Parts: sequence; C-alpha cells; structure tokens
Amino acid sequence: MTDARISLEQVLHVAKLARLTLSDEEAREMQQQLDAILGYMEGLDTLDVSEVPPTFHSIPMLAPLRPDVPAPCSDRSEILAQAPDSQWGGFAVPLVLEVE
Amino acid sequence: MGGFPWQSAFEIREQVASGAVSAVEVARTYLNRAEALNATLRCFLTLDYEGALAAAAQVDRARRAGEALGPLAGVPIALKDNLCTRGVPTTCASKILEGYVPPYDAHVVEALRAAGAVILGKTNLDEFAMGSSNENSAFGNVHNPWDLTRAPGGSSGGSACATAAGLTALALGSDTGGSVRQPAAFCGITAIKPTYGRVSRYGLVAFASSLDQVGPMARSVREAAQLLEVVAGHDPRDATSAERDTGAYLAACDRDVRGLRIGVVRDLLEGLQDADVRSSVEAALGTLENAGAKLVDVSLPHADHAVSVYYLIATAEASSNLARFDGIRYGLRVQGEDLAETYTKTRAQGFGPEVRRRIMLGTYALSAGYYDAFYLKAQRVRTLIRRDYDAAFERCDVVCTPTTPTPAFALGEKTSDPLEMYLADIFTLPPSLAGVAALSTPCGLSGDGLPIGLQLVAPPFEEELLCTVAQAVEDTSGLRDARPRAVA
Repeated sequence: MTDARISLEQVLHVAKLARLTLSDEEAREMQQQLDAILGYMEGLDTLDVSEVPPTFHSIPMLAPLRPDVPAPCSDRSEILAQAPDSQWGGFAVPLVLEVE
Repeated sequence: MGGFPWQSAFEIREQVASGAVSAVEVARTYLNRAEALNATLRCFLTLDYEGALAAAAQVDRARRAGEALGPLAGVPIALKDNLCTRGVPTTCASKILEGYVPPYDAHVVEALRAAGAVILGKTNLDEFAMGSSNENSAFGNVHNPWDLTRAPGGSSGGSACATAAGLTALALGSDTGGSVRQPAAFCGITAIKPTYGRVSRYGLVAFASSLDQVGPMARSVREAAQLLEVVAGHDPRDATSAERDTGAYLAACDRDVRGLRIGVVRDLLEGLQDADVRSSVEAALGTLENAGAKLVDVSLPHADHAVSVYYLIATAEASSNLARFDGIRYGLRVQGEDLAETYTKTRAQGFGPEVRRRIMLGTYALSAGYYDAFYLKAQRVRTLIRRDYDAAFERCDVVCTPTTPTPAFALGEKTSDPLEMYLADIFTLPPSLAGVAALSTPCGLSGDGLPIGLQLVAPPFEEELLCTVAQAVEDTSGLRDARPRAVA
C-alpha cells in the first residue's frame, strides 16, 4: 500500500506515544484498520469549516470556583491498599534513578 | 404491571412501605433470579449479596421505626460496572482494573443509597464503555434476552439486559455516544441520556469527559423519570455539573402532548433500509399526531458527519483519560525492567483490542502535525452539528428519529470490522455531540419479534419534554407487557 493514510512506521510511533506495544502482526492489523477508519473520515474534507469556531464543550459554562475551605481527604492507607506495590507510605515503582 | 419479576419500582416501594413484603425478601428473590439466569445472559459481573441484603435490611428497619422512606425504598437496581462503588469491585470490564475495589462511591451511588435503593450488583459492559455490542468485555459477552444469538447492544448491554429480563427493576448505565439508548432499543426498554451536566460524573470512570453522562434505564418511562429525579442535580465535585434545579420528570409523564411540535427528519426516515424500523417510527409519529401533537419537518444536514466527528473527539479524550492506567496506583501491574517498560507491558496486557485501537486513533488525532487536520477539525464540525439542533429547536420542541438503523444485530456480525460497528451508532451520536437531552423508548417489534427503539431529542435541560412525549408513545404502543422470549 503506497497511498496509505497511515504508515506502519507511523503506527509504531503512535504506539510509542501511547505507551503501548504491538506485535508485528498486531501492528499490521492496526495499520489496516486505522487506515480504513481515517479513509472514512476523509468525508469531513468536503466541509469548509475554516471560519467555524470549535466546540470543546457542548454546554457553555464558566470554570466554577468553590470556597477555599479545608476538608478531610481520602484515607491514605485505603488508597495505597489498591496499589500493586507500596512502600513507606507511597506507591512503589521500579527504580528510576541510579544512586551511588 | 404484574407480579414478580415484572412489578414496577413504584409497586415494589409501595409493598415494602406498607409492610406487605420486606425489602430483604424482594432483594433475595431478585438475587436468586439473577444468579439463576446469569449463566445464560452474562449480564452481571458481580452480584453483591451481602451489600444488597444489608441495604434492604436497613430499609426494613427504617420502616419498622416509622422513619420516612426514600422514593426508591427497597427497589432493586443494577449498576454498570464503570460506576465506583465503595467496597465492591469496579472493573470497567477490563483486565487492567481486575481486583480494583474503589474506596469511594460515585455521586449517583450516594444518591441511590440515600433514596433507599438496593444495589444488586455490577453489570457487564464493553471494556471502558467502548463498543456497541458488549462484545468488547474482557469477561465474556452479554446475550440479548429477546434472542440469545443477538447482541444486547452496548456499551451498557448488561444493564439493559438485566432490566429487560427482569433481573432487576432499574439500572444505571453511562452514555457517551449512545451507550444507554442503543442497548435500551435493542432490549426493549426505556433509557435517558440526560443533558451534559445534568447528572454528576463524579465516580464514573471517565471515557470521553466532554460527552459522558450517567443515564437511567427502566422497563417504563415513569420509572426512568423517577430514577432521573433521584440521580440528577448539582454536585460540586464535578466541575461540569450544572447549577440548575432538577426537573419534575415524573410529573411530566402525566402531561398532555397536545400542542407540542414533534420534529421529523424526513430524509433520514426515507433513507432507512430497514422497513420494520421505518414503519414502527412512522406509527409512533402517527399516534403522537392523533394525541394532538403537531408534526413538523426539520433537518439535521450535518448528522452524516457525526460518526467521523465522534470517533475523533471521543478517542482523543479517551487517549488522555486512559493514560492513568499504568500499573502504578491500582489494578494490574506487569513488572518490566524499568518504569517505562512497566507502563507499556501493563497497558499491552491490560487493555483489549478495541480500547487499544481507540487509544491509538485518539493519540494519532492529537499528535503533532495531525491535531489541526483531525481533532480541531472535528471540534469545528461539532459546532455545525450543534447549530443543526439550534435551528431544529426553533421549529419544534422534540426531534424524533429511530434510535438505531436496525433492530439488534447478531453476535459476531460486526466484530471483524470496527468501522461497521461504529456506523451502527449513526443516530445516537449527534445528540451526544450537541450535549442535548435524549431518550430511547420502545415503539414496535420487528417481523422477527425484536424490539425497535424511538429516539426523542430535546433542548438542553428539557428532559421533562422527553418524559411527556415518551409516555404518550408508551401509552399507545401496546408494548407495555411485551416480555423477552428467551427468559421465562
């Protein structure tokens, strides 16, 4: 496919951005499916919307503010109980910095 | 009407309040039925015996003590498994959240508990609410109770199936692009997609934050209206929750449709391939006209672009929302050599194919060099779709279309072609993108005996209008006592 809308290389790049890994076969299938979907979406190109403002939220609303009043927050031990690994009152992750 | 399991939420509450039956007995009979039929239907992922019986016992105690009972006292309800329930697993039908037990209740769950409702358990869905057939669940697909070889619809397929098959009186689902309306249509029940901001999203696991709404599902319009009254309202914990009074939805069911203007999208009706869907919708329009409503032609010229717009915006938002599932704070972790590899291994194993596909599409639409051409363009076309409704509502009070192009399709029919599955959402997507209020209610049966849904769409915060018109349809459809064939 020379005129593909999205190349296999792009698929692998996007997977990296999205923190996903794809096997060779998954990547090929993903490329074909995304290509078909993006092909359908080319229908949007029949509309000239350069002068139309975008709608990021359907119902117009201002960012509401609430009074800055301290209130109890969630219990730390309850939250940490859900973590696959925790230590010293925090989430434990694989080492990110080498220390001497 | 009728006895177990088809009695209404109102009848159950009355019996419980009068002491004719205990809430514990009601809970137990529904739990028993749910357990017996779940092997066939697979609509529940979790049945919470302990929690349900404790809540029911609490209602019985309150009654004996002479305390005031809530509007849903003793009424069994099922919750889609993307609503957080304190102490009860919430999986989103995803392996990545397997074992997650939320330390808090969603806003709607708090509201239900306060109203005396008895939560039976958590229902199956398409993983992270992404799908139109419930076949994207990591824990097996739900079957349509009218025909077990067919899809119940999605993504709230478990909630729709459980309600239609009499495993519960009521259910909550969530709707991002049709996820309560489409399964309601396929399973022959009523569901409301409230105006964006009408119901708090606090504790609803986010899919596409500018579109997600929690929606009531029930076997009658009045029950759906009552449930909406319980869960709607302002909640400061959701910054997009509207600061508006809740409507009188139940009272609106008793209002007359006389003089209301019903918008008919002629070209859409004439373009329908399915003759049964078309004739059922036309029959419903005819009965509304006979009841004194006025039919007026309206058009939604940009509705054809809704599939493209939706699958760019919703996937873009999903790619961002689902970044939080990385194996660090909850659910599955697949340990890698380093932190980055832990993320990617966890996500590759934890997410199913459709969720991965949508994350990929959304990441692509937002990525450098493509943002303007895809994401921003979709948001501009969304404005055109919103304006279509603005113009339609200058001419009519409620827009009326089918909910789906066809009755329930067969399981497996669309799984090999994602685009084909996306196109099944064509009628439910435009109201979602515009943020307006919408409802689906049964309006007929196909030649094969499958339910057909009518979609009603009203301006923002005009859910009362939906209830009035839907009740008129229900009163004349002759479907009130139609029951799914596959379950006795």
